[in-house]
Amino acid sequence: MNKVNATLKRVRELARPDRVFDFMVPQESPVDTRHGPILYLEDVSVSFDGFKAINNLNLTIDDGELRCIIGPNGAGKTTMMDIITGKTRPDSGQAWFGSRHNLLSLSEPEIARLGIGRKFQKPTVFEALSVFENLELAMAGDKRVWATFTARLNSESRGRIDEVLDTIGLAQEYRRPAGVLSHGQKQWLEIGMLLMQRPRLLLVDEPVAGMTEQEMQRTAELLTRLAGQQSVVVVEHDMGFVRSIARTVTVLHQGSVLAEGSMDEVSNDPKVVEVYLGAPQEEMA
Amino acid sequence: MMQDVQTTSLFKERSTLLVLGALLVVTVAVTLANLLPQGHPLYVSTFTVSLLGKYLCYALLAVALDLVWGYLGILSLGHGAFFALGGYAMGMYLMRQIGARGVYGNPELPDFMVFLNWHELPWYWHGFSSFPFAMAMVLLVPGALAFVFGWLAFRSRVSGVYFSIITQALTYALMLAFYRNEMGFGGNNGLTDFKEILGADVWAEDTRRTMFIASSVALAAGYLICRAITRSRLGRLCVAVRDSEARTRFIGYRVEHVKLAVFVVSAMLAGVAGALYVPQVGIINPDQFSPLFSIELVVWVALGGRATLYGAIIGALVVNYLKTVFTGVMPEAWLFALGGLFVLVTVALPKGIAGLLRFRQGQARTAASRQEAKA
Repeated sequence: MNKVNATLKRVRELARPDRVFDFMVPQESPVDTRHGPILYLEDVSVSFDGFKAINNLNLTIDDGELRCIIGPNGAGKTTMMDIITGKTRPDSGQAWFGSRHNLLSLSEPEIARLGIGRKFQKPTVFEALSVFENLELAMAGDKRVWATFTARLNSESRGRIDEVLDTIGLAQEYRRPAGVLSHGQKQWLEIGMLLMQRPRLLLVDEPVAGMTEQEMQRTAELLTRLAGQQSVVVVEHDMGFVRSIARTVTVLHQGSVLAEGSMDEVSNDPKVVEVYLGAPQEEMA
Repeated sequence: MMQDVQTTSLFKERSTLLVLGALLVVTVAVTLANLLPQGHPLYVSTFTVSLLGKYLCYALLAVALDLVWGYLGILSLGHGAFFALGGYAMGMYLMRQIGARGVYGNPELPDFMVFLNWHELPWYWHGFSSFPFAMAMVLLVPGALAFVFGWLAFRSRVSGVYFSIITQALTYALMLAFYRNEMGFGGNNGLTDFKEILGADVWAEDTRRTMFIASSVALAAGYLICRAITRSRLGRLCVAVRDSEARTRFIGYRVEHVKLAVFVVSAMLAGVAGALYVPQVGIINPDQFSPLFSIELVVWVALGGRATLYGAIIGALVVNYLKTVFTGVMPEAWLFALGGLFVLVTVALPKGIAGLLRFRQGQARTAASRQEAKA
């Protein structure tokens, strides 16, 4: 009798109307960040032909954080981005987006739709289209052929585009073809295109390469402003730029985290000085 | 601040109004001039009416090509195949209308089948005595070919010059196939000797005028369809695909679906152009599949100016008018003239004739925006 009751209890527990099985939860469900981190990498390793590009990497990014990642060439920065966006699969380890979405079981477009936006080093915008149209195309929404044909700009999406135009500082240029923008403006426009998709996490690869001093300053302002609404991870070589925006810096070296902390802490760390910050000076000498 | 971004309706757009207006004026003027008594100084002969009708069909074909080439960046060197298939569908209907009036007087079989000692109609000729069925085939056959061909090509991400080459191969293969008597499409003679269309004598002046007007209406409708696509968000998406396919995929669009949909629409428009062309010319034969024709068609669009639609119309009309003049005066020089034109356009007018028009418009716009900036 006890056994029957126990079984019944278990069945009732299974069939509770106020709950859904985990596998029934739609993958598009909101990212769960109640436990803090939005991105969580644990013991991730990947090797290419025996070369360990990523070696037991542990990294946690909090919701709304702005994190800078630095490291010498070959430290695994780009590979790490590839793993987060689903382009490369690690040999071992775990990668979670929020506490619900296992990044290792999702495809690239699925990850993009969940809200991880990635900006590549070289700016690619649609040169023949105006700034406004670039943002319009990038807007989140139904992207099938017929829906695109019948799509009309409603005031809500127009407002969203205006908002992003203001954020990236191109409100004056909205009618100009993207092809005539300066290098820096193209980079901002591309960040704007990512923002149109309402990402939760932005991965930005070397945003200030080739920028003038002024453009760099504006980019720093832009990225600082973005943090808070979404989490931003910046990979950058330019130490001056990193110093100007960083709250927390992670130093990668040979595929794993060498040091983490504020810019001052990190730059005074002897290990870091040895592998990275010291290196250029030695080269110079 | 943003009132200028796609708020005017299609029918209030200046370029659209100009195209439709010009077409209307030409159509009405030519029709009325044809109705004048012969010998009147303004009289336009029925031959000229049909010639103009032919040009209009070519213009529709050019618009269809411009949609995929100018906006989507797919250079199809086989668009003549879709045109010819539409033409053959119409030709089959016209053959079935001949009935027992053929040379051999066979009520069941077209002349060429009697000549080849065939005893019954091949299965794929059934249904073509019905006009609605034939018209459906005019759309469906080119559309289906474009769908299958495009699906295979775009899914495997065949693009650029490779795509151009296989489209060229497609039209060449079809030409060879249609040359064969066993195919049942009249071999190298094609389909000809038409008598009636919808009960009216194909060669009567009334019918010729009607077909001319129908071509004009079809061109207007085709232009409107293409313009509706290019000015929608889908049109901007096409330009995005043209300029950076990978990036478009990255922001979440299924590029191969976009290409396929637009390619199929374009092939259907080409089929309609072919169907209107055949009764006005009076013949359809495998030469229409020749790779040269498809290349010539590309020259029309390049000369008129890509990615404008109206440029394609201008290009088709100008080149074909010149062709008529040249082949009348000195036929041997025409190919040189065509080649020369192409070189001239590539070197001096990379944006074609439409580029000249736009340049003036652009200057006006720059001046206006400068004033706006000052204010």
